[in-house]
Amino acid sequence: MAIVRIPPVLRPSTNGEREVEATGSTIGEVLASLTEAHPATKEQIFGADGTLNRYVNVYLNDEDVRVLGGLDTAVREGDQLVILPAMAGGA
Amino acid sequence: MEGSTQNGNPAKSAAELMAEIKKQVEEVEPIDVADGLVEGAVVVDVREDPELAGGVVPGSAHIPRSFLEQRIENAAPDRDKPVVLYCAGGVRSLFAARSLIEGMGYRDVRSMRGGFQLWKDSGLPFDVPQTLNDEQRDRYSRHLLLNEVGVEGQLKLLNAKVLLLGAGGLGSPTALYLAAAGVGTIGIVDNDVVDRSNLQRQIIHTEDRIGTPKVESAAIAIAALNPDVNVVAHPVRIDASNIMEIISNYDIVVDGVDNFPTRYLLNDATVRLGIPVVSASILGFEGQLSVFAPYVGPCYRCLFPVPPPPELAPSCGANGVLGVLPGTMGLLQATEVVKLILEQGEPLIGRLLLYDALATEFTTLKISRDPECPICSRAPDAISDDEMGVFPDYDAFCAGSH
Repeated sequence: MAIVRIPPVLRPSTNGEREVEATGSTIGEVLASLTEAHPATKEQIFGADGTLNRYVNVYLNDEDVRVLGGLDTAVREGDQLVILPAMAGGA
Repeated sequence: MEGSTQNGNPAKSAAELMAEIKKQVEEVEPIDVADGLVEGAVVVDVREDPELAGGVVPGSAHIPRSFLEQRIENAAPDRDKPVVLYCAGGVRSLFAARSLIEGMGYRDVRSMRGGFQLWKDSGLPFDVPQTLNDEQRDRYSRHLLLNEVGVEGQLKLLNAKVLLLGAGGLGSPTALYLAAAGVGTIGIVDNDVVDRSNLQRQIIHTEDRIGTPKVESAAIAIAALNPDVNVVAHPVRIDASNIMEIISNYDIVVDGVDNFPTRYLLNDATVRLGIPVVSASILGFEGQLSVFAPYVGPCYRCLFPVPPPPELAPSCGANGVLGVLPGTMGLLQATEVVKLILEQGEPLIGRLLLYDALATEFTTLKISRDPECPICSRAPDAISDDEMGVFPDYDAFCAGSH
């Protein structure tokens, strides 16, 4: 079980949940478990080809999964995932 | 006096002590210091602040005698390298040199004979340093007490030129604290006027300035806080046609803009010019912060190569923001700006700080340079005007966001 932190812009798709528990032994599996539980998150996180959208960064603990093993990166019990789309608010 | 004092140490006259120290500490002639005969030496002026007004040895560090032991390691970290101390007449520097040798284990500390007076009388070149006036010594006294700031650091702040993009939620607290800290030139880009709905968070503005251009309102507040600060108002909207000209006059840019096209444009222009950007964004109860230092760490495009689609990129206007949140994030920006100016501490380069106000949680994520970054993987002069601020699907993005 990993904890996935949901950014503000995705919370409408997770019934307002800020953190979601999801199962899986890789990043891909954990995110699949998230999008299964909250289908509206799917097209915000994944492109049509099943890869991560380029405007979404996913971190395993504090490392960008793109510099780890991408969706195949192993996830251990208690790991934290951060989903991070860019924000531009300043006003 | 004869014999021993009560604590058992022999009593000596000042002249006897001097003679003894002169046997211990090697003296060096000003002309030899000027000619670089003490190879690799760190030259330290140990006079007190007010004595510097008449001039200093070019390239010397300044540590007042009273702080010498506390601060010498910043100026001379290597105890095996030679250090030359000088004062006004060559006496205080002798005592000071002995303290560094005996008390701190410096191997080669010499005292410049005759001090700065003999240097000047020998016709050697000197610099007349910028100093703080009495009012400034008073105003910045809490900075002057910090080893990491001191007079030298405060002068760096006074000489620094910082550009704020936006005098809004983030820009308001940043501008006020940078002004209070004595950042000498603060440029502000904003083409908006003060609106009542701004006042919940944009603390540089006031009820009686509703309707006033924000750059003007900010300049009034800054002038009331610190007359040392020169405010440069840029009452324009920044775009590809004016960005290079506006930002090239500044040392650091503080980014608090509310839209992606300007963030990309700013990124590309600052990479070309080699200007660091202290960037923050806010939404709801959460903020992000990072320092993008061109070619040192990742740039904004390394982190976010493309913007999210408009439905995932709401602005604060549409989604609301807790009034104190830009205060928190803006002051974190101001802190990073001051660190960059002072060259102290670890700037937030290659790291992204997330702040969640509801959870009271700070999270730091690592971000790296993208070897395939469309901008910072190339040399500054290889980046053309045409591609600045442009990203895939730019037209569709901008159409969708209006």
